[in-house]
Amino acid sequence: MREVVVVGAGPAGLRAAENACQAGAFVTLVDSSDELGGQFWRHLPAARAAADEHRLHHEWSVFQRLRASLDAHPHCRILTSADVWAIEPDVTAGAGLAVQVIAGAADDSGRLRLTLLPDALVLATGAHDRVLPFPGWDLPGVFSAGAAQALAKGERVAVGSRVLVAGAGPFLLPVAASLTQVGATVVGVHEAARPKQLARGWLQKSWQMVGFTGKLLELAEYAAGHVRHRIPYRTGSAVIAAHGTDAVEAVTVARLDEGWRPIAGTARRIAVDAVCIGHGFTPRLELPIAAGCAIGEDRYVTVDALQRTNVAEVYAAGEITGIGGMPLSAAEGAVAGLAAAGVTPPKALLAQRDRQRHFASRLAAAHAIRPGWRAWLTEDTLVCRCEEVTYSALHAPAAGRSRGLRSRKLTTRAGLGICQGRMCGRTVEDLLGEDQPLLGAMTTDRRPIAIPIKLGDLAAESTTDTAALEGTT
Amino acid sequence: MRIVVIGAGIVGAACARRLTLDGHDVTVLDRAGTASGTSAAGEGNLLVSDKGPGAELVLAQYAARVWRRLAVELQDELDGNTPPIEFEPKGGIVVALTDVGAQALRAFAAGQREAGVDARELTPDEARDREPWLNPAARVAVHYPEDAQVQPVGATEALLASARRRGARLLQGTEVREAALDDGGALVGVRTTRGDLAADRVVLAAGPWSAEVAGRLGIHLPVLPRRGMVLVTSRMPHRVFHKVYDGDYVGAVASDAADLQTSSVVESTAAGTVLIGSSRQRIGFDERLQTRVLQEMAAKALRIFPFLAAQPVMRAYGGFRPYMPDHLPVIGADHRLPGLWHAVGHEGAGIGLSVATAELIADQLAGRRSRIDVAPYALTRASLQPHLTEQVA
Ligand SMILES: Cc1cc2nc3c(=O)[nH]c(=O)nc-3n(C[C@H](O)[C@H](O)[C@H](O)COP(=O)(O)OP(=O)(O)OC[C@H]3O[C@@H](n4cnc5c(N)ncnc54)[C@H](O)[C@@H]3O)c2cc1C
Ligand SMILES: Cc1cc2nc3c(=O)[nH]c(=O)nc-3n(C[C@H](O)[C@H](O)[C@H](O)COP(=O)(O)OP(=O)(O)OC[C@H]3O[C@@H](n4cnc5c(N)ncnc54)[C@H](O)[C@@H]3O)c2cc1C
Repeated sequence: MREVVVVGAGPAGLRAAENACQAGAFVTLVDSSDELGGQFWRHLPAARAAADEHRLHHEWSVFQRLRASLDAHPHCRILTSADVWAIEPDVTAGAGLAVQVIAGAADDSGRLRLTLLPDALVLATGAHDRVLPFPGWDLPGVFSAGAAQALAKGERVAVGSRVLVAGAGPFLLPVAASLTQVGATVVGVHEAARPKQLARGWLQKSWQMVGFTGKLLELAEYAAGHVRHRIPYRTGSAVIAAHGTDAVEAVTVARLDEGWRPIAGTARRIAVDAVCIGHGFTPRLELPIAAGCAIGEDRYVTVDALQRTNVAEVYAAGEITGIGGMPLSAAEGAVAGLAAAGVTPPKALLAQRDRQRHFASRLAAAHAIRPGWRAWLTEDTLVCRCEEVTYSALHAPAAGRSRGLRSRKLTTRAGLGICQGRMCGRTVEDLLGEDQPLLGAMTTDRRPIAIPIKLGDLAAESTTDTAALEGTT
Repeated sequence: MRIVVIGAGIVGAACARRLTLDGHDVTVLDRAGTASGTSAAGEGNLLVSDKGPGAELVLAQYAARVWRRLAVELQDELDGNTPPIEFEPKGGIVVALTDVGAQALRAFAAGQREAGVDARELTPDEARDREPWLNPAARVAVHYPEDAQVQPVGATEALLASARRRGARLLQGTEVREAALDDGGALVGVRTTRGDLAADRVVLAAGPWSAEVAGRLGIHLPVLPRRGMVLVTSRMPHRVFHKVYDGDYVGAVASDAADLQTSSVVESTAAGTVLIGSSRQRIGFDERLQTRVLQEMAAKALRIFPFLAAQPVMRAYGGFRPYMPDHLPVIGADHRLPGLWHAVGHEGAGIGLSVATAELIADQLAGRRSRIDVAPYALTRASLQPHLTEQVA
């Protein structure tokens, strides 16, 4: 029986696992978190009533059906609380890849080290949300939009009572909606893109979206929500500073020009007790890179119509191939699952995926980050929070300075802290290459150790015998 | 003289700086950014402890003296915008955990002492005093006060900045393509991706890629890459105070085996992380991770410092040590191509040896007598001859 390993149990990975099982493969689905669902489907803590779990969740029933079908399938093995910490060439077989897993609750000592040797591998590791820095963004009370969303969905907790949401992208809308549903007053949604930039994705040729329902329906709901809650939605506007002594007390917002540069004289102060910022997402590329997958100029995994990467029997689906929201991730996962199991996906599924991808790429362009944002940085704005590296350290005098990323990181320490650039990497690259582009193919996405592993666990022998898993999960 | 230095790693940087001190007109070029090769992919140990009596030890002892002087000079001459080199003369402790290892280590240290190395055997109490978290099972511990460390990238950049202050030119993103020769066949410059550069002398310092670059200049140079990995933990309170090595290290350095060798070197950095090095493997320029290598490194580090078991490794990185078949660098002129000079093949010690290498190159170019005998590092040495004629490029 064909063995398929799926890494990531968000919408993409779940659908990949489901489809691969149904197509006759034996599937091992691996995810770091203790529950299935990824970033989209979040669970309330076990202690809380599960009855209203659907309340902040779109398509919770879809998830329940998926989970039930995987649970019931005799050829599906689910490993939660299991990190894929590395992928390497399978040296014993001389071909293929070895997927290195560490299983068991993260704070346990003596987690189990497992090596999976699949016939096909589906990578569906999703993305981190991205936040562009601004003065004061390190104050308590400033949240990433994703973190605020996770708290609202997973804990029913609002990050504040007067909350401003800002950044760029369609994701700001569900965040604002969730916040209102958990009781916060959202004082405004500030989208950096100006109407002209937005028009390219949203308005023009909107006929092309005919037949597309998922995202529009969702948006209609959010739009209705806005009317009900009267949330001002401003375009061409950004938070350029947060103020407060121990926590955020106010933010300064300003209007932006087409290039996202703040327009002089437009700044105004708004009192808030929390602010949620999101500027899109950064794909989690460590495993695709470790597996040898080609990464495109757009910095996503390059895939063909069957979600195949350039590496034989390695497939990629979901946010790592491009940001497109749940429906696109799910459709890509379905295609990847079938293809990985050796079955040709039906035309209708491919067409559905293509429509969603098209829509997503238009949205991505409509909200793409533009370089003018750097103008709101001050010399002492922190860029890398782990190592406390300021903007001034990154753009110190240019003469004779190294144009190599490695050297610049090692001498400034930007991106060398505990997050290893997962949060700040792209921003650090942008700023280091600000007046002179960096040389070489090196990027901050390369992390051979995909997830930190304790030395004690690393020193332990790994087993390929999955029977050893009994009792750990 | 107009001198072109190929490679802006630590060896090229040290040569550039030293040559500007002699008044030469120096241009350093690198196909990528500065310090983007091996010098940014290893550790910064400046060691005498791992070297037995012989030419490499002599060079390392000389280098140790130069580094102590340089650390002060660089700090004095460079402004706040230059990255710190983080020179720390913290000393090393080599421990043996088995009886066999203990015997070998004692014998090794005795030999080193005869060659002038300060190697002091510690009593168990002294060892615990210096490294309270050391595995109590350690049989023998030898203290090497002369061992030190730098941050290799900071050091490379500081050396380059110092060279630039003295007039050196730096060309990044400039790759050497081929030789510019005069009618007599002597090297009079290099042709690069960004134009031709005339030179009276060309110093090759392209690390593990030196064989390739030499080939472009029409010369066979048997430099090979030896893969090495390093593990980095997350930050923790300071619990490792010296560079602490497993006695096995001593054996691995001199060894010829192609397959995996690991030996532990555990040290803390100024940033609060702990570095665990390192492995040695001959696998060409294959840079894919091999977890069995990391596993072995982790296991050996835990033998020395059991407390590390609970610490997470947040990063692994690695590079390719440039080595010569007889495990000694080549420092000096190439008799086969007049005008070409070599500063290559420093293997796992290039950070330390770079500054001594630069002294020897400058001395020879100036016709000065060096502080140490330069013959062992010459391309013409006997141990290298079979490898030079093996293959005609
Ligand atoms: C914090 C956050 C909140 C979001 N909330 C919403 C929302 O409310 N609504 C919305 O429309 N979109 C939301 N998004 C966008 C969301 O990512 C997509 O809509 C959708 O979830 C993407 O699906 P996916 O399967 O590609 O990835 P994900 O859902 O991100 O799933 C990836 C999974 O891979 C696992 N994983 C990654 N690396 C490893 C590894 N090395 N080993 C083991 N497991 C690994 C992760 O634990 C995760 O469960 C959110 C994104 C983020 C970052
Ligand atoms: C894991 C590991 C640990 C190590 N630990 C230590 C240690 O603790 N102490 C120590 O002393 N040493 C250590 N080393 C060894 C040390 O790093 C090397 O000996 C040293 O960095 C070599 O420096 P270099 O300047 O010769 O080469 P590099 O730093 O590799 O520089 C060569 C430069 O040449 C450039 N180049 C290549 N081809 C061309 C071309 N065609 N045109 C122009 N430019 C070109 C490259 O881009 C590169 O920047 C370690 C090495 C490794 C891998």
